Amino acid sequence: MTADDALLRLEGVYTNIGRYRILHGVDLVARRGRVTALLGRNGAGKTTTLRTIMGLWKARLGKIIFEGQSIATLDTPHIARLGIAYVPENMGIFGKLTVRENMLLATGRGGFAQQNLNRVLDSFPVLKVKWESPAGSLSGGQKQMLAIGRSIIEPRRLLLIDEPTKGLSPAMVDQLVEALLRLKREYTTILLVEQNFRVAEAVGDDVAVMDEGRVIHAGDMAALGANHGLQHRLLGLSMADSV
Amino acid sequence: MKKEWLDRLHGLAPYALTPLVVLAALPAIGVGPWLTLTVAGLTMGIMLFLVASGLTLIFGLMDVLNFAHAAFVAVGAYVAVSVLRPLAGWTSELSLTLNLAALLLALISAALASGALGLVFERVIIRQVYGAPLRQILITIGALTVIEQLIIVIWGPEAIPLPKPASLRGSVFLGSSSIETYRLVALCVGLAVAAAMHLFLTRTRLGLVVRAGVEDREMIQSLGYHIRRVFVGVFMAGTALAGMGGMMWGQYQALVDSQIGDSMTILVFIILIIGGLGSVGGCFIGAILVGLTSNYVGFLAPKLALGSNILLMALILLWQPRGLFPIAGH
Repeated sequence: MTADDALLRLEGVYTNIGRYRILHGVDLVARRGRVTALLGRNGAGKTTTLRTIMGLWKARLGKIIFEGQSIATLDTPHIARLGIAYVPENMGIFGKLTVRENMLLATGRGGFAQQNLNRVLDSFPVLKVKWESPAGSLSGGQKQMLAIGRSIIEPRRLLLIDEPTKGLSPAMVDQLVEALLRLKREYTTILLVEQNFRVAEAVGDDVAVMDEGRVIHAGDMAALGANHGLQHRLLGLSMADSV
Repeated sequence: MKKEWLDRLHGLAPYALTPLVVLAALPAIGVGPWLTLTVAGLTMGIMLFLVASGLTLIFGLMDVLNFAHAAFVAVGAYVAVSVLRPLAGWTSELSLTLNLAALLLALISAALASGALGLVFERVIIRQVYGAPLRQILITIGALTVIEQLIIVIWGPEAIPLPKPASLRGSVFLGSSSIETYRLVALCVGLAVAAAMHLFLTRTRLGLVVRAGVEDREMIQSLGYHIRRVFVGVFMAGTALAGMGGMMWGQYQALVDSQIGDSMTILVFIILIIGGLGSVGGCFIGAILVGLTSNYVGFLAPKLALGSNILLMALILLWQPRGLFPIAGH
């Protein structure tokens, strides 16, 4: 991997929440145009890593470099304006606003660019049907589609997606995987936190496994997918066997 | 299908509450006094809405419960006194144009003065206590006392008369009902402000950001919006609305004292709770309900008038424990 490959690089990142230290020196790279799956057991620090990148929790120590620029001290809106979109675990949908209004908030001052809008609505046709409905009335899967659709309504350099398949039906998971694969084909860089190993394997190019607030393994997703012994050692039975 | 319809009906029920109260009062009161009381209730409600809407937006977006809000009501009322005094020539004329022009000037001045004070207040006091609810309560109660005392220093301790303009005194008669002219004007002004606020919140991008920020501050920042800048704007707008409410309330009572805002505080908090904290639509319906209930119960059972709104709040909370239009996260 060359230095130019890395769109985002974390070096020795420590993050505290209140009195508790959650990240203990995270080293992580998200390569340009690739999907990096961030795996690990509950409480390993995956969500904290995404929130720290987004500036929602500040790194106490370490470097966060995006496109060659240090972003560790920037505030969240500034980081977002650099082209980093965040889809949180709870999806961050504004339930009282319509689907259209939710999407509009993620566009620039000029409103919707027709080409981008068509691309999102083609990827997630249900959003077209529910366009003027309150987002709070959508099902869990539809909300997740809205959250991801909103994150790509404008061209972004990096998507941070936190457990998009959590709580979804198998059919909905398949649709989401298809959508993520489409994004991947469009050369979008994604850092994906995922508990479902099969989803991570289907979508990921690279993988980083976290445990106790640090990255304990980083490498090629296909290699981890093929090595069941390593999967069991790094992830435990429950996660590697998840459907 | 049946469940969907039931859900839809359940969602519409809070909207039906006000018409139901209005219709239920009609046979008990009789047509003549009913119309008078309904207009009085709507006027009272709309003035309370002006004061309460600012407070609910400030709480919804910023999680700041500003107990000094009453002070901005008083500032608005006193600034109106200062503006209307030199315009006594306009207000004493029996000219509707001159009278309305004087009122409009007083209203704008009240909003500007309260809004400007709100800007300073946010910068100097509120900014230091974001995220610290206990300190917010203490410091805003303290600030309320300080501002009220400063008002006494500037305008004196005595209550000041604020007579209604000449052409807005008296009443218009509709059959057996008599309706105060000033109430009709106040109702129109209040509705116009409420409509402007509605248009701002639903038709502009900034309004959209405010509504989204009330639901999820963190997400709106993750979408690239500087919520602190929106905070300042909302705080100013909220205090400006309180100033407008103070001016109209003072004129309604024809008397202004430094505690004019305090007298509205309990009703305003009842409205916030009834409507659902942070909800402007809920605040509107809550304010109208409180205004109507006060007037109807005051007529039917004067001894119950004082407690009627607390009873109304208790009944609504038994039905909808988070208020009529709850906002996620509040």
